[in-house]
Amino acid sequence: MAVIRDMIPPFELYQPTDVDAALSLLRTHRDDTWVLAGGLDSFDWFKDRIKRPATVIDLGGVEALKGIRERDGGGLEIGAMTSLADVAEDETVKASHPLLAESAGLVATPQIRNQGTLGGNIAQDTRCWYYRSGWPCYRAGGNICYAATPRSMNREHCILGASRCVAVNPSDTAPALVALDAQMLVARGGGEHQQGYAAADFFVGPAIDITRMTVLEPGDLLTSIVLPAPRPGARWYFEKVRDRKAWDFSLASVASVLEMDGDRVRDARISVNGVAPVPVRCEAAEAMVRGQVPGDEIALAAGEAAVEDAHPLRHNDYKIALMRNLVRRAVRDAA
Amino acid sequence: MDFLRRALNPWGETVLIGVSWDLIWAAVAVGALFVAGHSLLVPKKKATGPVDPSEAAGLPEKILRHTTGARAFHWSMTVAMFVLLITAFFPLLGIRFPWVTIHWIAGFGLILTVVYHVYHVFAKQDIRTMWMGRRDVDETARNLKRALRATDEDPPRPGKYPADQKMFHHAATVVTLGAVATGVLMMFRIDHFLWEQNPYILSDAAWGWVYVIHGICGIGLIFLVIAHVYFAIRPEKRWMTWSMINGWIGRDRYLQNHDPKRWVVAEGGEGGTGGRVVAGGGVGASGGVVAGGEPSDAAVAGAKSEAAIAGAESEAEEG
Repeated sequence: MAVIRDMIPPFELYQPTDVDAALSLLRTHRDDTWVLAGGLDSFDWFKDRIKRPATVIDLGGVEALKGIRERDGGGLEIGAMTSLADVAEDETVKASHPLLAESAGLVATPQIRNQGTLGGNIAQDTRCWYYRSGWPCYRAGGNICYAATPRSMNREHCILGASRCVAVNPSDTAPALVALDAQMLVARGGGEHQQGYAAADFFVGPAIDITRMTVLEPGDLLTSIVLPAPRPGARWYFEKVRDRKAWDFSLASVASVLEMDGDRVRDARISVNGVAPVPVRCEAAEAMVRGQVPGDEIALAAGEAAVEDAHPLRHNDYKIALMRNLVRRAVRDAA
Repeated sequence: MDFLRRALNPWGETVLIGVSWDLIWAAVAVGALFVAGHSLLVPKKKATGPVDPSEAAGLPEKILRHTTGARAFHWSMTVAMFVLLITAFFPLLGIRFPWVTIHWIAGFGLILTVVYHVYHVFAKQDIRTMWMGRRDVDETARNLKRALRATDEDPPRPGKYPADQKMFHHAATVVTLGAVATGVLMMFRIDHFLWEQNPYILSDAAWGWVYVIHGICGIGLIFLVIAHVYFAIRPEKRWMTWSMINGWIGRDRYLQNHDPKRWVVAEGGEGGTGGRVVAGGGVGASGGVVAGGEPSDAAVAGAKSEAAIAGAESEAEEG
């Protein structure tokens, strides 16, 4: 295992105070540059000496990337550097998108939520310990997945969407944003282009790019997250299951938004995380729920449909039952 | 630039993990230089004059150069090879898509074509036509002298396949078999339905060499494909390319570019080793004539049955 040291290897630190300066720095120092948000994932990497960037661009001083703003025509725009605590406790968010507030409020501990940012939470790297130990796995540019061998310890790894790498996405807010149909706004080319990604498309699986978790490439900057106007009468559900009740990454989490037409579901968005390299939309379950009254029977069927394509590894078949039940509850108990 | 990529494994050992992907650009650059150098520096073959009527006597107008089976193999392999190269290298160049499944399925297709080719060569063709013999070495030496402008004489006419085609074939064989063998091993490291994933069948060091060999073969294929496409579209070689599409070459092309003593197209089907000639109104072609266009197997078979196929081929090499 990696040895955590007190001293972080030296790097050139830039602390821009506005977005243009940050983008300009990103254009200048495109490669071998690390974008620092809250620093909670970053400093682990630096102290482990697994990641040794030559340049670090600290976005902590860019006020324009912080804050929650209401948009014309409804909806919210949340700056990528807004702290998780602010997202969890903001009255507007709680009123319009309680699903996101709930998921942000379940991230780690109060201290971490004060320091961690929404952008950092969704763009964070995987927690696979083989990868984080600095070994030359696929994700680290090598040619093996140490977590997918006959002798691997892979209790926390994926049951869906594996492609050579079996690491999972650890974000708590990501499934909520996928269920809410949020948009991620990314500035490219030093700010010349801004591209919006549907939350589900923002995350990249290993089949597409085994070395990244999101669409963000060197030089890119996630500037904000846009939430659509809340659907009247929509029900929602969020649950995070972890080994202990505090300060832990999820073993699996589920987020659902059920748009209702009377007592029937007009449209459903159910997203699960911790079971695949990206937050997964449970489309088979969603299709099963549409047009139905969300009772126990349909919830049970939706849970079964959600795990139809699941393939457990040596030590994580429990995740199939876990995911099945989470989806079931996300349909049955959405309120 | 490092040619090989290395990493520290969990046991603290430095192990190979593959070739440097910068070599992709090196292969492209070498291919481009080869094309530019060859097209600018190597003198074109002299225009061939009229054929010797005594050699032409008894030969049909159209002579089968590639059977339908051989052409099917060639084009199937072309498709598989391009899919393999695209799925291997485009993601490395930033064009991202789910490539792994397409790659191994194309590799599986390539294996099937290679197996078919080996069967076809041994069962239906004369393997000696692709053998390198003393005369091929001599031909290569003369070609080199001509390329270096040490002589302006064209080398003697080759048998069915010129020496440069044989050398290309052998180089392609080596790198293809290298890529196939290592590719099959690499399938133990991915999830598919054919067998269980198990990276422990080899040691880390051995795996490193598997990846290095696979990478070198893949990069080698980039160069070979560039060279092959270049020669296929060169004006003086296009008739060969057409023969890979329609199967036959004209009698004049045959006599201008091949030594009838080394690629024997015998009349009446005697003395051959399984080769065929497509009759095109030549001697004895009263029926089953392929009047232009592609000679189908049925037409060839029909022509054979009516003795319209004028002969067979054999490569009279000395080995």
